[in-house]
Amino acid sequence: MTLLCEQLLPSRRALLASSGALFSWAFLPKMAQAADGRDPRLIVLILRGALDGMSAVGPVGDPDYERLHGQIALTRSGPHAGLPLDGFFVLNPAMKNFARLYGKGQAAIVHAAATGYRDRSHFDGQDVLQNGLPGVGHIDSGWLNRAFSAIPRGARVNPFNALGIGAQTPLVLQGPAPVLGWAPQGLPEAGDDLRNRVMELYTHTDPVLAKALREGLATQHLANSDGMDATRPQGGSDNPAGMRQAARGAAKLMAHDDGPRIAAMAFDGWDTHVNEGGATGRFALLLGGLDGAFAEFETGLGDKWKNTAIVAVTEFGRTARINGTVGTDHGTATVVFLAGGAIKGGRVIARWPGLKDAQLYQNRDLAPTTDVRAVLKGLLADQFGLSAAVLGNRIFPESAGVAPLRGLIAA
Amino acid sequence: MALEKDVKPGYLALSRFGYGSRGDGDLGIAASDPRGFLIAELNEPGIALLSGPDLYPSSKLLPELFAFQKQKQAERKAKLVAKADMKAADMTSPAMASAAMQPKPAMAGKMAAKRKGAPPNIIYQTLQSEALARIDKAIAARSGLVERLVAFWSNHFAVSIRKSQIVVMGAGAFEREAIRPHVLGRFKDLVRAVEQHPVMLNFLDQAQSIGPDSPAGKRLKRGLNENLAREIMELHTMGVRSGYSQADVTSFARILTGWSIIGPQGKLGPPGTFIFNRFFHEPGAQKLMGKVYPAGGIEQGEAALDDICARPATAHFIAGKLAAHFIADNPPPALVARLAAVFTKTDGDLKAVTLALINSDEAWSTPLSKIRTPYDFLIAASRAQQSEPPAVGPYFYALKLMGMRLWAPPGPNGWPDTVSAWASPEGMKQRLDIAARIGHQWRSVANPSEVLATIMGNAASLETRQMVARAASRPQGFALLLMSPEFQRS
Repeated sequence: MTLLCEQLLPSRRALLASSGALFSWAFLPKMAQAADGRDPRLIVLILRGALDGMSAVGPVGDPDYERLHGQIALTRSGPHAGLPLDGFFVLNPAMKNFARLYGKGQAAIVHAAATGYRDRSHFDGQDVLQNGLPGVGHIDSGWLNRAFSAIPRGARVNPFNALGIGAQTPLVLQGPAPVLGWAPQGLPEAGDDLRNRVMELYTHTDPVLAKALREGLATQHLANSDGMDATRPQGGSDNPAGMRQAARGAAKLMAHDDGPRIAAMAFDGWDTHVNEGGATGRFALLLGGLDGAFAEFETGLGDKWKNTAIVAVTEFGRTARINGTVGTDHGTATVVFLAGGAIKGGRVIARWPGLKDAQLYQNRDLAPTTDVRAVLKGLLADQFGLSAAVLGNRIFPESAGVAPLRGLIAA
Repeated sequence: MALEKDVKPGYLALSRFGYGSRGDGDLGIAASDPRGFLIAELNEPGIALLSGPDLYPSSKLLPELFAFQKQKQAERKAKLVAKADMKAADMTSPAMASAAMQPKPAMAGKMAAKRKGAPPNIIYQTLQSEALARIDKAIAARSGLVERLVAFWSNHFAVSIRKSQIVVMGAGAFEREAIRPHVLGRFKDLVRAVEQHPVMLNFLDQAQSIGPDSPAGKRLKRGLNENLAREIMELHTMGVRSGYSQADVTSFARILTGWSIIGPQGKLGPPGTFIFNRFFHEPGAQKLMGKVYPAGGIEQGEAALDDICARPATAHFIAGKLAAHFIADNPPPALVARLAAVFTKTDGDLKAVTLALINSDEAWSTPLSKIRTPYDFLIAASRAQQSEPPAVGPYFYALKLMGMRLWAPPGPNGWPDTVSAWASPEGMKQRLDIAARIGHQWRSVANPSEVLATIMGNAASLETRQMVARAASRPQGFALLLMSPEFQRS
């Protein structure tokens, strides 16, 4: 029996039935499994504020690193030494879980990566990162929503189970394909009868509000069946406890056999202009939250972890040189974090551009050598079997020249 | 039944430009002359200002904060010393060790105090007083237009209490001191007041930006922080991709060096106030967007700021944001162009621009397609209830649940201003639960249908009227009223 059917009260059943096809998935006896038996999951973490890739994954083997990154550079030794990765790079010591996963071959890093966006506006940069366009432009949907629509139905993913975490769905997951929403919350819920009536009113008068509320109610139902309705918000999206809680909630929903296969959430606070800190301090504290989120997914997803890929991306990196206030200003290339049982990990993937002044982008930032879209396309290709043609056109428009980075998923 | 009076224009005025009806006959008054109803509010002297017995200037609040921080630091130090003593004692006395292991009673006491809802310290007391004063004013306002403008500009020049205790303590004062006096004045005065306010200088890291060749830069080996310079151009004035380069950002950052805050010691004046610190200022002339600003002091930055405010990009950016806020996510380009022209012609007279918006045909012919933000929704709900002003705790909690903590946007670009951002699945679900809660607490002699008739009249659709009339209970009826599209849209 499926999760939803078990829990239905008569009035809720009426609501679901009246809202038509959107909910039909919930009544499917069993979702179709992939032909190869894999049941892949993909989680996208949007790190808003421009994460300093050089303080997260320090190129300690580069002779110019310490000169540029100064007192916030990571080190090989000392009281807050970076965690060893491959001899050239070390990981920020705040990321102990990620290091452990890396050791198990379940985490990887792509370094010196950037989207196609080359200016330094957070907000344009975040839009490009999430809408998947080659540069600034207008489009109402995110690449993950479009990818979700493009996955063959009945193959690997059943319909209507993408999950947006937080009071606002991240742009990457907005779009025509329906999305469920969930956030830690703490009020007693409106009764079923009131819900039905509001839904009926919207159905007749306001389709936009109807769609949004229907999707919000659907997830809450999933969450309630897990006893998640009792949770209280523990912190915002820029708080380590809040990051962990969001991940824990998402993992719980996704761990179900018929739970969401795709999820997106945003973590904030990475805009470290002042006293950034390196191995310790504000930046490390936030990285600890991200690291905790990876651990929550690993634990919460249970046996689904083995087919899960998590990717954490940010709009751009920060200046290679620290600024006048021991922080960093807006830059270009940075890191992409990959984790999950499905990831072919234990490696840092980078064509290192070097840090001599002339090698920096505009004599200022780490130069990009890998397109973030190549990483995302590779994940979507290997995880969901999307073709290069679809990826280069519908999902990431005008990106045919950006070849998917294959082999990120363990065969 | 007598022919129903047509109050739709009044409903439109109160929903599009205000915080909704207060159920005191305002709907009928607004309906008879909707433009005049709004304009009368704009003409009230000092209408945008906010004062009160619990509200203090930032020049008083920030020194208090510094003193509080100093005291806390001293307490922490004392605790550490005590702990070290305890540890030393542990070596010899097992009894002492077990005593040190039991901090529980103190913790429990602290938790109990927290649960009673009393703010833990002066910082949060101040935040609550400021919030309450703001909320009360919005609930009591005639149409709410001016308070909507204040909220709009406050979000345009967003600061966030996620940043620092200075912002928590000063967010309300920043709005009262930098925003309110200018929302119906000149844009360049508004910008200058904002960029010279200690809370903004803290929020966007300007206070510590030092010219590398300034006396302080040479001595301390510190330098530029370009955060404020970039966001002034990108977010506050011209808008992104409007003709400035990275070199302009850096140059503007040099120009702005010295715009700072006087520290807790008060060596250079009253602590916590704005200062132009010439020891921080980068010497020499600077070139910004093709124009050379000769070497100088504070006037170098003020001249650059005035020029930025006068650029066509600024007029267009501001006009577009205002129209997107009050008319539609994608406002008619002709309207935006007209507003920009008024902005330019009047040297950025924001009252003139607001009047042009109210007097436009588009304001009255475009259907209500926006959705009230969570804050606007709660204010409108309080007005509809005609009850005593609410306690601030539940307000804060409801805002948090709907993802819009007061003065706490995730970034310097403020809260999003689109339908998709607020009509999100999780957001609507939370709204419903909150509406249900408010419905239960609604104290009114009138029944939900009567309230609906009073605050919306014939602007409510037949479906909404029927749904409210057929509610299973009064609380449910009020919740349905609050969730109706006519109440949600703005």
